[in-house]
Amino acid sequence: MAKKPSRTSQKHSPRPAARKTRSGRQEISTDIDLLAGLSNAIGVSGAEGAVRRLVLEAIEGHVDEVRVDALGNVLAVKRAARRSGQALRLLVAAHMDEVGLMIVDHDSDGSLRFGIVGGVNERTLLGQPVIVGPRRLTGVISAAPIHLLPAERKNQPVKPNQMRIDIGAGNQETARRHVALGDRAGFATGFAQLQGAVRGKALDDRLGCATLVTLLRGGPYPVELHAAFTVQEEVGLRGASVAGYAVEPHAAIALDCAPAYDLPHSRGTENVRYNAQLGRGPVIYRVDGRTLSDRRLADFLCQMAENAGLPFQIRQPGPGSTDASAVQLGRSGVPVVSMSVPARYVHTPAALARLDDWRHAAQLLLLAVEQFNPKVLKPLT
Amino acid sequence: MKALIKKLTEAYGPSGSESQMRELVREEIRNLPDYVTVDSLGNLIAVMKKKTRTGKKIMLSAHMDEIGFVITHVDDRGFARFQNLGGVNPLACLGSRVRFANGRLGVIGIEARREDPGRVPGWHDLFIDVGADSRESSGLQVGDAAAFYRPLEEVGERLVGKSLDDRVGVAILIETMRRLKRTPHEVAFVFSVQEEVGLRGAGVAAYGVDADLGLAIDVTRTGDTPNGTRMAVRLGGGPAIKVRDSRMIADPRIRELLLERSREAEIAVQLEILESGSTDAAAMQIARAGLPAGAISVPTRYIHTPSEMVEYADVEGCVTLLTAFLQHPIEI
Repeated sequence: MAKKPSRTSQKHSPRPAARKTRSGRQEISTDIDLLAGLSNAIGVSGAEGAVRRLVLEAIEGHVDEVRVDALGNVLAVKRAARRSGQALRLLVAAHMDEVGLMIVDHDSDGSLRFGIVGGVNERTLLGQPVIVGPRRLTGVISAAPIHLLPAERKNQPVKPNQMRIDIGAGNQETARRHVALGDRAGFATGFAQLQGAVRGKALDDRLGCATLVTLLRGGPYPVELHAAFTVQEEVGLRGASVAGYAVEPHAAIALDCAPAYDLPHSRGTENVRYNAQLGRGPVIYRVDGRTLSDRRLADFLCQMAENAGLPFQIRQPGPGSTDASAVQLGRSGVPVVSMSVPARYVHTPAALARLDDWRHAAQLLLLAVEQFNPKVLKPLT
Repeated sequence: MKALIKKLTEAYGPSGSESQMRELVREEIRNLPDYVTVDSLGNLIAVMKKKTRTGKKIMLSAHMDEIGFVITHVDDRGFARFQNLGGVNPLACLGSRVRFANGRLGVIGIEARREDPGRVPGWHDLFIDVGADSRESSGLQVGDAAAFYRPLEEVGERLVGKSLDDRVGVAILIETMRRLKRTPHEVAFVFSVQEEVGLRGAGVAAYGVDADLGLAIDVTRTGDTPNGTRMAVRLGGGPAIKVRDSRMIADPRIRELLLERSREAEIAVQLEILESGSTDAAAMQIARAGLPAGAISVPTRYIHTPSEMVEYADVEGCVTLLTAFLQHPIEI
């Protein structure tokens, strides 16, 4: 059933997320209540309003400028610490949207037909509780009683156009009064803290959003920090494309969530196609389905992690990509890299990530932004 | 130009790892252009400045990168699993030798007990053996890139080697810079990156150069092998002037200009319609507010294998045609 965001998430204590230690170096603390609120909010691609409101509230007072662009991206600026000379513009992006469903028709009995938004794992839909529309109506995705199914259909996959969302409306007219065509539906999974891990929906990419908020609460940094909380990533990196054009950065880092497909093989052989692995630290990208990362930036992140003794892993080259791709190809090109928190079961109703991986990712990002300097982007020879 | 082609095809440079190629090209064009820049993705842009008021700004592009491989996993015994970088066919890989940026060599092997030995192998059936017996001694890391390793050979009137796609185009641009005595135009010779993974370099280069018109110099398929592709292009038929490919309809004005120049210079040419594949020109054509774009292609057999084949006379013809194109005033 649907859980409301935990009470603390709406008005978290205003303690700074990054604070100076005695040695003068900034420490970062991840904010689990913030993540809980973000995970529980529903922001299916193109309808990110609920997430945007949480983000705007969370960064208020911590940035020098903030605006919402035509597509709905939140673009915030934190000016550089030292105003002398031209500071580099560093764009850090995390996407607010999540995969989900869109209502496309009201059926005769008041149940709702739906389409898929983004890459939803359709096999996980049957019987799922969902939340529908801006009024957060509770519903459930229909599933046939298994003991009434003919034997030959028991093992057949069910397609989304054979399923309905049932909001208990009883008839078409009532359904129409409560739900409009085009309303989005999201999974009703409540965020939960487990043993050193978290479970929730939309950790892809609310983990990235929470990390970016945390970064903005610290600083200022030696760079002019441009934060983009982007929209419509899951349907084709559309928000990041226009955000990159607007910011015209010298370099960009996309914060995302890397699918960890790392369970041991049932037949006992070595799993060599895992994409990313839980517990091995932040995931640094060199090659993904749409981007060859800037070598200087990827090397810099690896170096920062090594110097600080932080664990890290390189994402396995293969399909899938991040906002970095759209930013890289904007205008006359931008050096980009991506960094992710690994999470299992993304694009299903419930993903799972380890807190240490998130903490290490936030620490690595902080180090990278603090120590970013023009030498990192030494001209390509 | 054969020595230049040999040097270029034997260089290492899979998509995203073009720095060795970039150095090589930079060395070869020393003192030829008025200035050289490298953009943020690594495109090398050599500009000959405009000499007359009526001249156009022309972008030429040949890509430095080649198809290759990228490591996805290294196991305890030092065998590396990998994925393709660009459009490689796993069948072209069996028994092939590959080389990494640091010069380390490897051979591609295949699992004998794979699930269905009768089927065309997938990437997960293959591995690279670099002669190591542990992960540590392999020296390999996830994300490391490799490319085919083959010397260039002369076979009759033809050249056979890896990465003639598109090192032969790179050679044509360099040779044209050397032979071009006078031009009314400003010419940006772009040696582009990341073409094989989706024309990424040329797209951003075209935005940066902001030219009046563009030409790509790349390879194209042929229809002249046993039971081969149905295509009216053959080795030895001269430079192929692009009409259309799978991502672009060449600007007809550019096509006509090229045909006119070929008639004047008495160069045999052929028209090209390529049903699968494209070139940097497709990315140039839709950069910014758009520009007239076309391509001159070198007919090539066995593209994206370690043994691509071109006819040397066709390559010479491309240089002559491109030089004539650049020397002449252009009205569009």
